Amino acid sequence: MRFGILVFPGTWSDTDCHHAVSGVLQQEAEYVWHKNDDLSPYDAIIVPGGFSYGDYLRAGAIARFSPVMAAVKTFADAGGPVIGICNGFQILCEAGLLPGALRRNGHLEYRCQWTSLRTERADTPFTNLCETGQLLAVPVSHGEGNYYADARTVADLEENGRIVFRYCDSDGAATDRANPNGSVANIAGIVNEAGNVLGLMPHPERSCEMLLGSDDGNLIFGSMIAAVEGHAS
Amino acid sequence: MPVTQEILDEIALSFAEYQMIVDRLDREPNSVELGMFGALWSEHCGYKHSRPLLEMLPSTSSRTLSQAGAENAGAIDIGNGMAVVFKVESHNHPSAVEPLQGAATGVGGIVRDILAMGARPIALLNSLRFGPPDDPANRRLLRGVVDGIGWYGNCIGVPDVAGEIYFDDSYSHNPLVNAMCVGIAPVDSLASAAADTPGHVLLLVGAGTGRDGIHGASGLASRTFEEEQELRPTVQVGNPFLEKVLIEACLEALATGKVQALQDLGAAGLTSAAVESVARGQRGFSLDINRVHRRESGMSGYEVMLSESQERMLLVTSPAYVDDVSAVFEKWDVPCRPVGVVTEEQTARVMDGSETIAAAPVTHLGDAPRYRLNGQPAPEDSERQHLSLSDVPLPESVGLSGASAVLTRLLASPNIASRRHVYRQYDHQVQTNTVVGPGAGDAAVLRIKETGQAIAVAIDGNGRHCFLDPYSGAQRIVAEVTRNLSCVGAEPLALTDCLNFGNPERPEIYYQLEQCISGVADACRRLGVPVVSGNVSLYNESQGTAIFPTPIVGGLGLLEDARNHCGAGFPSDGLTVVLVGADRLSADDSDLAGSEYLSTVHGMTRGKPGINLDLEYAVQALCRQLIADGLALSAHDCSDGGFAVALAESCILGNPRVGGSEPTGFQTLDAFAATIPQRWDAALFGEAASRILISVSPEIAPAVLAAAESAGVPATVIGETGGGRLRIGALLDVPMDELARAWYGGLDGVWS
Repeated sequence: MRFGILVFPGTWSDTDCHHAVSGVLQQEAEYVWHKNDDLSPYDAIIVPGGFSYGDYLRAGAIARFSPVMAAVKTFADAGGPVIGICNGFQILCEAGLLPGALRRNGHLEYRCQWTSLRTERADTPFTNLCETGQLLAVPVSHGEGNYYADARTVADLEENGRIVFRYCDSDGAATDRANPNGSVANIAGIVNEAGNVLGLMPHPERSCEMLLGSDDGNLIFGSMIAAVEGHAS
Repeated sequence: MPVTQEILDEIALSFAEYQMIVDRLDREPNSVELGMFGALWSEHCGYKHSRPLLEMLPSTSSRTLSQAGAENAGAIDIGNGMAVVFKVESHNHPSAVEPLQGAATGVGGIVRDILAMGARPIALLNSLRFGPPDDPANRRLLRGVVDGIGWYGNCIGVPDVAGEIYFDDSYSHNPLVNAMCVGIAPVDSLASAAADTPGHVLLLVGAGTGRDGIHGASGLASRTFEEEQELRPTVQVGNPFLEKVLIEACLEALATGKVQALQDLGAAGLTSAAVESVARGQRGFSLDINRVHRRESGMSGYEVMLSESQERMLLVTSPAYVDDVSAVFEKWDVPCRPVGVVTEEQTARVMDGSETIAAAPVTHLGDAPRYRLNGQPAPEDSERQHLSLSDVPLPESVGLSGASAVLTRLLASPNIASRRHVYRQYDHQVQTNTVVGPGAGDAAVLRIKETGQAIAVAIDGNGRHCFLDPYSGAQRIVAEVTRNLSCVGAEPLALTDCLNFGNPERPEIYYQLEQCISGVADACRRLGVPVVSGNVSLYNESQGTAIFPTPIVGGLGLLEDARNHCGAGFPSDGLTVVLVGADRLSADDSDLAGSEYLSTVHGMTRGKPGINLDLEYAVQALCRQLIADGLALSAHDCSDGGFAVALAESCILGNPRVGGSEPTGFQTLDAFAATIPQRWDAALFGEAASRILISVSPEIAPAVLAAAESAGVPATVIGETGGGRLRIGALLDVPMDELARAWYGGLDGVWS
């Protein structure tokens, strides 16, 4: 299958994602410049991390106006899988593809550290290779990853199973201590109503090789491949 | 133009130097020319006081691809067609004035040095010095510097993988901020900074030129810190987003093969970039300030030429390629303007439209005077070197009962405590090469995706040791940085240095500078590593007192197989721990020299630290061999705090797993404990060099001792890992969680 990896000025996880899906998982992958508005050649879209336009205004607030984001919306509306990682999650929220917002971390510091993610659902295009409740070691690296949505939205996310990953401790408990940024309900990743757009703050592309500490990220990208190629479990 | 002392002070030239300019030009320089001379003849650009001494340093090896000083950074051949480029540079003075922007632009500046070599920046390191953190002013500086490094580095997507922080009174109000950057490029695509073809076009790319940072090189870096309080406008302001797109655009432009040379704009801005580029090619240039894109109106030629606005690069290309190169920058929305041409005549010519506003021979501008002064040790130096154990009371006398209390105290001391609170604010993983990140090993390890190799990088300094003995203190730094590389299994290939000192015009400071460089040079020769790049920061003084002489040395090492690396923590319970480099703990008078124990517990800075470089070389070689053979499962050198602190750190970092560790305990063998001398404080906390703690499977221990013996390296089994406590004979017995809490929490007060 072929991944399209968006590149905005200031994106920096583009090459890491490319290495993960093409170098490690042996799929086709191409960079998609932010001025491009045709995503038809791709089976799945990655909106990678970084600081698009420097994020001087508000993370993702400018990138959402790029021509490519209109194409992402069309792609997602047609049911294509879209994963937004870190800045990509922020952009998807700003673009209205996902509800809620990412605020500054509760402790007001940037955080780069490993986290343990509890898989809340194993029936999405991003988790079909995981078991429900499975813990994934995936690092975060952000200053604005503190997920917030109003109580009604969070209740809706909870009721409809749209919370895909929560920060948890090594026993799988979603504690305050395990929450690296203050996100409401320890939310690390959510999907849209249709379930084909995932936004998450942690960086699965950083955990695709044991040499770097963990290859759990392959379960996420691997699930996307399985979903697209129609052999999802 | 009648020159006044006031004008000369502004650009930090002496009257004698002014006279030298007049003699060379055979006329009075105009103000633009004088400003250009002032910047290029500053210590920062011209190395007036340091260059004759720097010539002592060995600068080549079979792997060096560039001469130190000939290009923007040193380049090392790591095989398989790849080169690693690296350099360390100071940004002390700007960080003292405005810590966040000072540190941020320090990162930006060193990144552009690496970019100018045509290399992609793949790692950042930094070495920081502050006054004691109990002073709010020092805490403010530390927090600002850490914020600045994180803000800039995180935004540009270059991981910050290693570093060091020390606190001492001598750095109060005189912080040191040294930033190192490492880049990688195929050998055949390394870029040059030499503009040697007349008619080629100078393209200025990146940020608009503003009034920020004028006189950064000459003024700021030559003034004392009190004067700087009034100099806020001379500090540059960073834009990391622009730096990020500048990196991508420059690398994409280079990949077209249509760029002849590339040079960053750093200290002395356009003046230095243009003069250095054409000087390397033995040409001149003609440049029109009207073509320089600006962010402010009404700027004079003087201001345009001396602005230190950040995020700018100068490219040299053939007129035929200007459109192609410009198109790349247009794609990235980065301004790109032709501002001048390379000329046959070796003159630096600055035009304001049709009017010449400066014209001076390139050779004169680039040929700063060199001063060889007479260094003289301060009379109190030798008195300070005297240290007898009998002068050091046992810790009981200062209220610390026994070794357990001392160890806990040292682990929590600001100079030894875990730096986790700092490095978790830096993205240390982006680019997905970080195999050993900050805090996990004695050096960081980055894999090279293209080749399966890995490089190791580390940065070290010890101002206290250099203050006590500048020659052997400097030797010990070279030993430590290479030892740190060896402890992760890497062969040291080359070094970069940043020399932070006080005012060299004072004989005792010049003496320190001379002795430190000599120590670095001799240690490099013995350990077989060249110094391929570096930087000098002088005049680090406040209230009439100089900082400790602080050479900072960054090291680059190579692992042929990325998988054969080693961390610092004991991997599991039930392992045998071997001390390599000594067969027992000694308690000689010299062991406590300049130690953290002496300073933290007794408030003393005394003694004469020494080192045996032959032993050092053999210890490192053995350590690398044991790691390469898969025998050593962890390695950590005895450094600040000595043997007991190193042992405690390896325990705290025990059972490493993704995202953390689970401390493992340790128990000494009775036979080893019985050899610990009466003066246990000197034995446990002395900082004798050339010692490494490794852990091995118990059945391997005899083979390791045999390997040590045949290498002529003393070694001994000291005990076994396991249990929840650290126990050293009858001397020390502490629960590991207590030690871990002390170590991890030592810097908490800085951020609360």
